[in-house]
Amino acid sequence: MAIFEHMGVFAMTPGMGVMWLISGTLMVLAIHKKYEPLLLLPIGFGILIANLPLTNLMEPGAGLIWRFYHYGIEWEVIPPVIFLGLGALTDFGPLLSQPRLIFLGAAAQAGVYITFFVATSFGFTLEEAASIGIIGGADGPTTIFLAAKLAPQLLGACAVAAYSYMALVPIIQPPIMRLLTTENERKIRMKKGRKVGAREKLLFPVVASVVIILLVPASAPLIAMFMLGNLFRESKVVERLTDTAQNSLMNIVTIFLGLSIGATMSAENFLRQEVVFIFFLGLVAFMIGTATGVILAKIMNLFTSNKINPLVGGAGVSAVPMAARVVQKMGMEADKKNHLLMFAMGPNIAGVIGTVIAAGIFLTLLG
Amino acid sequence: MAQEVLAALSGNVWKVSVEVGDTVEEDDELFVVEALKMEIPVYSPCDGSVSEIRVKKGDAVEEDDVMAVID
Repeated sequence: MAIFEHMGVFAMTPGMGVMWLISGTLMVLAIHKKYEPLLLLPIGFGILIANLPLTNLMEPGAGLIWRFYHYGIEWEVIPPVIFLGLGALTDFGPLLSQPRLIFLGAAAQAGVYITFFVATSFGFTLEEAASIGIIGGADGPTTIFLAAKLAPQLLGACAVAAYSYMALVPIIQPPIMRLLTTENERKIRMKKGRKVGAREKLLFPVVASVVIILLVPASAPLIAMFMLGNLFRESKVVERLTDTAQNSLMNIVTIFLGLSIGATMSAENFLRQEVVFIFFLGLVAFMIGTATGVILAKIMNLFTSNKINPLVGGAGVSAVPMAARVVQKMGMEADKKNHLLMFAMGPNIAGVIGTVIAAGIFLTLLG
Repeated sequence: MAQEVLAALSGNVWKVSVEVGDTVEEDDELFVVEALKMEIPVYSPCDGSVSEIRVKKGDAVEEDDVMAVID
């Protein structure tokens, strides 16, 4: 009869059943609608696995998935390694070609900060509010990096919110961008920026690392790895390393990342009132970030004759390159020969750095 | 009066929609360029007939490369 005590079937709780539904939903969204499948599929499955009783998979010190989580996420190893890959995939050309677009990437971070304050008024602690606010940066690894340090109890919810909204950027952003711009503004054709030489693109990661890390040392793990990846790419002498960083390594850590995050979402951790607020606030953060980017572009246009198409401001929300694609699509809707994609990549990438700096600031003040 | 068709942005040639000798009107789709996993059409700048096509499917193009010539 002892074997029946050890069967999971009899230890099921209703909460676990709910989590199974959530797991199924995420997996269906990933597979059928192709919403961020690289993350949402392993996350979805991780949720399922973590909500099967008596497995001890998340048993501290002993569980298999706990080990992935502990050494990969709690030790803050996986997000920086993902940034290594992202840096190797990033081309800073569009940003260096029109450096003023940095401001649009910076403006979009207002979504992070405003949501931080709103979250504190909802009753979240400062650390929790920061982890929720950073969702607005639309940057999965940074969200995970910050939440793992400041509010691990909210990590699963923040990560799923971040990746879900990144997938929904084509739905969330356009109404806001349309509301804040006139048809004529959306038709603005932008002048090409300056030519960017190979040497400049090579020096940039080194100089940027020094400047940013001197100013915000807490951002070092993410910035250093990001810029190293970029240096690999721009040096053009370590193709094997660049290729590994962009592909194999990224894929490996993505597997462990998704699975570990999903596994933190046990019924006790996830089925709480706070999670609804997190999803609500995360959406607010995205929306505000979109709006502030567009608004700053319009303000900048008051001071220059070289007009910026305000749609490009929406790409400051650093969902790379989803937000830039949204800008291209909306630009083409207004004028089918207007190609904003490469202009939009400028703020898109600047936004990634802006979000990392925001995380660094939160860590410095609250960590 | 030949007009060059320039690539509007950098990417890969996804589709060549016309052949040499075809008659085209302004704004007809001549090519589709893929950049950042988006398919972006390149339209004809004028009426005329396609006298040269300088790219094929799979080629990489940089912004302002000449892709075709219309007479």
